[in-house]
Amino acid sequence: MNGVRRKLLALLAAGVLNPIAAWAATWNKDAFSAKNAGDALKNLGAASPQPSGDIVIEAPQIAENGAVVPIEITSRIPNTTSIAVLVDKNPYPLVGRFDFKEGALPFLKVNAKMGETSEVRVVASAGGRHYVATKEIKVTIGGCGG
Amino acid sequence: MAGPMKMRATLGNGFTDVRVLMTHPMSTEQQTKGQPHFIQNVTVKVNGKTVIEGEISQAVSRNPVFSFRLAGGAKGDKIEVSWLDNKGDTNKTEAAVA
Repeated sequence: MNGVRRKLLALLAAGVLNPIAAWAATWNKDAFSAKNAGDALKNLGAASPQPSGDIVIEAPQIAENGAVVPIEITSRIPNTTSIAVLVDKNPYPLVGRFDFKEGALPFLKVNAKMGETSEVRVVASAGGRHYVATKEIKVTIGGCGG
Repeated sequence: MAGPMKMRATLGNGFTDVRVLMTHPMSTEQQTKGQPHFIQNVTVKVNGKTVIEGEISQAVSRNPVFSFRLAGGAKGDKIEVSWLDNKGDTNKTEAAVA
């Protein structure tokens, strides 16, 4: 009884005294600071993903403006729990990683910046395994510099 | 700092389509000589329950626009999207599924 009360109090204190933690904000600094896609994936815990045709990447073949490149991703892999997007030739390849919980579909549309023509790599995780699909997008005007 | 957000949530065929716009500079290291300012965390909730948690980098375009899809859904479901950036700024918006 007392133990339960203590646990409850501890939980309350953690939530009340630390609003930032209550936001539950985690940000994988190591993965986002990685300067190549391989290291970023290693830091995401998805070191050698297996190629899959069940990840659909819809994006322009040629992006005139690298500052805004629309990328739409659908994973048809059952029980996909997360999707990560990487632009191989960006200074920091990892663009983002999204976790999909019960109630969300493994779909994502995001506008990314691309410094130059590059492979775009999408890694989907399902059941502790990792899958990858890539698509090259040509960029005529880079979007990372000015 | 936290500019306005806009969101639209509509019923599709068996899913709910959520489109959200965030007003944010999303500036990079290169643009700011090492003082980037960008959103790091994005959270999507449906009727108070977290369904999507995203971590993003400075490589997401300025004034980010995202589309998400939720399984099923019904008119009136309450969607909430919030963000937190690398300087501790935060904002959120709510919309009912139409």
